[in-house]
Amino acid sequence: MNRSQAKLTQGIDWPIVGLYLALVIIGIMSIFAAEYRGDDNVWQDILHPSKNYSRQLIWFGVSIVLAAVIWLTDSKFFTATANLMYAGGLLLLLLVLGIGKDVKGSHSWLVIGGFQFQPAELTKLCTNLALAKYLSSQETDFTKLRSRLIAAALALIPAGIIILQDETGLALVYFSFFLVMFREGLPGVLLVIAFSGIVLVLSALLVDRTILFIIFTVITALVIYFMRREIKRKRSKLALILGVYAFCGLFVMFIVPFVFTKVLKDYQVRRIEVMLGKENDPKATYNTRQSMIAIGSGGFWGKGYLKGTQTRYDFVPEQSTDFIFCTVGEDFGFFGSVIFLGIYVALLFRIIFVAERQRSTFTRVYAYGVASIIFFHLAINIAMTIGLAPVIGIPLPLVSYGGSSLMTFTMLIFILLRLDADRQMVLR
Amino acid sequence: MSVFNQPRKRVIQMIILGMVILIITRLFFLQVVEKKYAKLADANAVLRKVIYPSRGIIYDRQNRSILGNDVLYDLVVTPASVKSIDTGYLCNILKIDKEEFRKRIVTAIIKNGRVRQSVFAPLLAPEVFGQLQESMYLFQPGFELVPRQIRSYPYSAAANILGYIAEISPAMLKDTGTYASYNSGDYLGFTGLEKTYETVLMGQRGIQYLVKDNLNRPQGAYENGEFDSAAVAGRNLRLSLDIELQVLGEKLMKGKSGSIVAIDPQTGGILAMVSGPSFDPNLLTGSYRSANFSKLYTDTTKPLFNRAIQATYPPGSTFKPMIALVGLDEGVITPSFGYPCGGAYYGCSRPIKCEHHDAGHAANLRLALSHSCNSYFSHVYRLSVDAGKFGGIKVGGMQKWADYMNNFGFGHKIGVDIPSEGRGLVPDKKYYDARYKGSWNSCTSVFLGIGQGELLLTPLQMANAMCIVANRGSYYIPHFVSSIDNDNTHLLDKYKQKHDVAHISDTAYSAVIHGMTDVVESGTGRIAQIEGITVGGKTGTAENYGIVNGVRTKLKNHAVFVAFAPAEKARIAIAVIVENSGFGAKYAAPIASLMMEKYLKDSISTKRQPLLKSVMETVTIDQAMLAKSHLDSLNQNAVIKKNKP
Repeated sequence: MNRSQAKLTQGIDWPIVGLYLALVIIGIMSIFAAEYRGDDNVWQDILHPSKNYSRQLIWFGVSIVLAAVIWLTDSKFFTATANLMYAGGLLLLLLVLGIGKDVKGSHSWLVIGGFQFQPAELTKLCTNLALAKYLSSQETDFTKLRSRLIAAALALIPAGIIILQDETGLALVYFSFFLVMFREGLPGVLLVIAFSGIVLVLSALLVDRTILFIIFTVITALVIYFMRREIKRKRSKLALILGVYAFCGLFVMFIVPFVFTKVLKDYQVRRIEVMLGKENDPKATYNTRQSMIAIGSGGFWGKGYLKGTQTRYDFVPEQSTDFIFCTVGEDFGFFGSVIFLGIYVALLFRIIFVAERQRSTFTRVYAYGVASIIFFHLAINIAMTIGLAPVIGIPLPLVSYGGSSLMTFTMLIFILLRLDADRQMVLR
Repeated sequence: MSVFNQPRKRVIQMIILGMVILIITRLFFLQVVEKKYAKLADANAVLRKVIYPSRGIIYDRQNRSILGNDVLYDLVVTPASVKSIDTGYLCNILKIDKEEFRKRIVTAIIKNGRVRQSVFAPLLAPEVFGQLQESMYLFQPGFELVPRQIRSYPYSAAANILGYIAEISPAMLKDTGTYASYNSGDYLGFTGLEKTYETVLMGQRGIQYLVKDNLNRPQGAYENGEFDSAAVAGRNLRLSLDIELQVLGEKLMKGKSGSIVAIDPQTGGILAMVSGPSFDPNLLTGSYRSANFSKLYTDTTKPLFNRAIQATYPPGSTFKPMIALVGLDEGVITPSFGYPCGGAYYGCSRPIKCEHHDAGHAANLRLALSHSCNSYFSHVYRLSVDAGKFGGIKVGGMQKWADYMNNFGFGHKIGVDIPSEGRGLVPDKKYYDARYKGSWNSCTSVFLGIGQGELLLTPLQMANAMCIVANRGSYYIPHFVSSIDNDNTHLLDKYKQKHDVAHISDTAYSAVIHGMTDVVESGTGRIAQIEGITVGGKTGTAENYGIVNGVRTKLKNHAVFVAFAPAEKARIAIAVIVENSGFGAKYAAPIASLMMEKYLKDSISTKRQPLLKSVMETVTIDQAMLAKSHLDSLNQNAVIKKNKP
């Protein structure tokens, strides 16, 4: 009996399990804090799940069952079915496009027997598995452009479909896979280019187009002047410089306006403009403003659990889901927030540590994928609540209310734990 | 490959740490450095709620509550919470149809939105409230009963004295001096005692801090009520008014335009003050206030106009005792002074007619008073103003006479404790200088001697004059409030002060008082007799001129009667005016007498019941005017909607 038990949990990475449980419990307590009113009958609410926290408790129970099932599954199952799951995930996404249900302006939900389910959450897992499978396959040489393009396509195809479902926030998360690819050898210069791209987009939004175009022209002229000798030696450099110049010009003059008027939704444009300080529409800033008031009013030590006035009385919209961090910020203050962020950093660093101890490329890529997804969610979500990022509706991993999200992150983490436990086995 | 890319682990860790440090820096700024968010959070979530104390109660001299607070219930609705209730049953109780029900819900949503409460049915009638309360559980949580205090006047009387409260106006709100402590939506006294004693009656408002949610719904006490302050109820007023006497007065004045003022001469406390026609003050409470107010305001009989203190009349013959007092005090006559009247006064170019021509009807002051001899008092007036010791009328005589009048409380606000008091008019030297450009003498103003001419008094001033006579030369400023519970104000100080206005020997006074008792015993005011009580009185018929189509025309006279009783030591002094009715003896004297009887004997004797009935049924208001009035002369409020059925 004892032996079989020891065998059952053998190889499990307890620090990750501990951090996972800590976050889920903090999450349920925060949802409770956001909803609880003094005269609520807690036990009755738990038994008759009418409140978000009681439903989240149920999702937690379901997640634990899922985790147990995964733990009992042979790790080879995940490598073997990775591609199949990816295909299934894509099918689900397409299915949602057809028969999905609209919830809060996004067409990304499936309704199965009374429960709402968001496949876009689940496909993160499928994509991560498929990417790990592809990068770990022996035919893949990631130094080749072709492989890199295939890997990028694997990550971006689901993102594209999700954008069509009007769930831009979740689609953004798929860009986290580039962090994985960077780890696997994608040139660092691409990160620099990506960073420059962001600067370019921001300046395109903030600075008048004509002025920007003149600036580009002046910079290009200067570069050509200072590099005139090199250009004489190698004509192709001139072509490259002019190419970049032409691209930047095109980008600023046409692509950005096109994306803003044709691709992004009105509310998204407004949110971005609000964040950049270009627009002061009080309606558009309401969420961020209330969220910042809630967090800011927490002070250093916080108001104490269940004492926050802002989070308890519905001043912050989407209190249990996207803006759950406000509860932590208001009730526990700066002190509590830093500890809370510390738990996430510990989890991320532990996952990276686990990733690096793998012999199997599959598991390493997969682990980095998990870390990257959690990191993107964390960074975008919290930056949004403190006014550093536009309001993009993505949940805080393991903490925000929502069954799809909690189950997806549980599966991501427990598949990693399963793979890690079997790290002595040779996997592909 | 994994070994090759090992340093990239550090890069990724750096990216994660960098982002987290950026977030923590921002959090440090938001939570620790910046202080404004705590204030903004309080502004968001803390609701400052004013707790209104119950307003002070007003009691009459027998400690009967005559202005109190009634708790009525509003049925309020929260449209969002109205689910699966028996609409038909609710409509049945409220006696409305389903269409009306739907309309009210829609109105509520438009007014306050779905999640906030709106009044669905205001000020429920007691039986509707009873029915609703029993079955309220059927309609909750969408519907609730919310108590509301309104002012209530259990005797439906004394409207113009007690006054009413109303919502503060935008103009008053801008006046940050007087109304600094009021907020929009507050109620305060607008007229009458409600206005004068506002600071006493209002009490002290309490403040309660509540936590509210995003839709302004209160969610409980803030910081366990640490910053709350309790409301202190308004203090009660105790009046000298006798509410039964007041009610009787209002009944007597039905169908008549005019007023009654009765004062206790020994304290200056007003016993009754009636302005006819009157109205039920309950019309100006609750939800029909504004509709009723505009009806009363535009009514042809002017019920909101408090004739007792605002209307001014020539006092007519009732003024003669005052002429006598001035003459006696100045020493220009003695009680035995007589005047040979032969039916008219010929002292000035135009003769002034007298009712009597038998010789000796003005052989002394007492006789002249009881016969109301015009010649006698015209003469005495002229003697007073022309008296040599003041250097003649233009030097000091006229002014001296006007000073007497001012001391008697005429020609200026006497200082009663309800607002909007009129001044009346006492012409003085300046007045005649301006009007007659210097060429005038005592004949110009001789009509003052018989209470006519330019002289104008309010009924309150006339009643106060009777106090002076009854008190033998002194009075207290007439007032309603005799005490304030737990008084710490100085509002009542001036009413405790005795004013001595004439210094005449008792024997001289007796002549005046006996003259007046003779009026009732055997003279023009015989109808005012009360069994077992000596009444001093004086009838008057005030000539009434009005401008009709631009021409000064003589209109029907005002009947005036002033009196005091018992003559030996008066407990009540009274002035009665019935506008446009005719002789004072016929219309005003019975009213004064019945009032005095009621006050002194507590009831009207059976013998006088027919008189009471006939007075109450007498209508002197012009029929054409009455036809256009909203007020039914017999039922003061039949035409106007009332709150309580």
